[in-house]
Amino acid sequence: MTTLTSVAGGAAGVGRIRPVPETRHDFEHLLARVHDLGRDVLAVHAEAVDTNARFPHEAFAALRQERLLSAYVPVEHGGLGLSIEQVSQLCQVLGQYCASTAMIFAMHQIQAACIVHHGLGSSHFRAFIDALVEHQYLLASATTEVGVGGDTRSSLCAVRLEADGSYALEKQAPVISYGEMADAILVTARRSPESGPGDQVLVLVRKHDCTLKKMGEWDTLGFRGTCSLGFVLSATGPAEAVLPVPYADIHARTQHPVAHILWSSLWLGLATDAMQRARAFVRADARRTPGTLPISATRLAEVDIVYGAMRGAVGEACTAYAALLASGEDEDFSNYGFVIRINNLKVACSQWVVDIVGRAMLICGIAGYRNDSKFSLARQLRDAYGAALMVNNDRILGQTALMQVASRDK
Amino acid sequence: MDTVPAIDHDAIAAKVRAVLGQHARLSTSVDSLSDDSDLYDAGLTSLTTVNLMLALEDQFDVEFDDKLLKRKTFSSIRALSEAIQGLLP
Repeated sequence: MTTLTSVAGGAAGVGRIRPVPETRHDFEHLLARVHDLGRDVLAVHAEAVDTNARFPHEAFAALRQERLLSAYVPVEHGGLGLSIEQVSQLCQVLGQYCASTAMIFAMHQIQAACIVHHGLGSSHFRAFIDALVEHQYLLASATTEVGVGGDTRSSLCAVRLEADGSYALEKQAPVISYGEMADAILVTARRSPESGPGDQVLVLVRKHDCTLKKMGEWDTLGFRGTCSLGFVLSATGPAEAVLPVPYADIHARTQHPVAHILWSSLWLGLATDAMQRARAFVRADARRTPGTLPISATRLAEVDIVYGAMRGAVGEACTAYAALLASGEDEDFSNYGFVIRINNLKVACSQWVVDIVGRAMLICGIAGYRNDSKFSLARQLRDAYGAALMVNNDRILGQTALMQVASRDK
Repeated sequence: MDTVPAIDHDAIAAKVRAVLGQHARLSTSVDSLSDDSDLYDAGLTSLTTVNLMLALEDQFDVEFDDKLLKRKTFSSIRALSEAIQGLLP
């Protein structure tokens, strides 16, 4: 095998010697390799992951092997140094084979981006990133909390800094996706027991620094492999594990835009999967009736308009975000115009993905409705309905509506 | 005689304080805040930010540019006063 990602060998390889995709050609090569993984690993286990609502272990073993958990870590820190557009493309590819795997991968990259953008000034976080690269750590997040109704910008729990230089924290998290599988969890909390609900920090809680007490099970319609159970998280560790930047800045500059861009990217992958199944069905339909255009072809022409809009929106958001990162104008990430654009992306893509998969199912007919057909879209449709609920669209629209009152954007 | 600005910083800050007290629903009394106190720490939220902005526009008869609609603009009495000073004729 001569792919650029196979040089350093197993998961214990040293990240710094690994060639990185510096050119467009190298990245195309990496994407092709990820498609191979998708076909050979993700797709093979997607049904078992979905049926049993279990973590996609095989997929993550393969992603670790390819050192993709440090995809967004800069080259000088041993990662692949991919851009946001490139990570978006990885999410799109993974989403075509197993949306649960793609969602976990996206959520991990969002947390990695928080550390890469906001933590590298701290020796504690630089050491952690070295370890993440070396051991291909998986990062989870605990932002929502029992009692704050899904508002990630407010917390009830608080960090307590102890006299011995350690922190202590307890949080009732209604959802920590793949919490039991993660090597570390980034947790929001009030800066101190005296702080207001919006005065938050982000704490890097290592697996060995915490206990997770399960609250309930994860038996849902879709995205079953994300294992998004609730937990009571109790943690204590070194005070340096508190990111030295207000969470308000991390949220505006990284968490909010990267989450919505990468989620939308994997939903686009899910939509791409549905489009491909519909396309294959239309082709088979056309073969059966030579000389007559099947009605399914017209339906395909229609749904491709929606698909094109979705693809365009994801690409445009990536470009806008990359430009803002490059500008160095950190204040502009909280500008209403930018926040509204990112919110609109999430709401639109979460609706488009349901629309596209639903139309693809109409095209494939009963073959799409069946669980046991190569055109089956059952899992895709169930997964697609989750998109509007993770950070509920009503919450996002409410926030956008508020900003629209103030905005004079032409 | 030098021209005197129609309204100076202190006068603007005093009016901003009055509007804050009426519209921002802070968890802290406005009188206890300095010009540089963090208004978000004092309880300003995304909802009250918009109410505050609309009230300030009424009070000063100005319109906040889109460029000003970001977190930092509303972060303190000083930041707000400077933003308004920039909008006044």
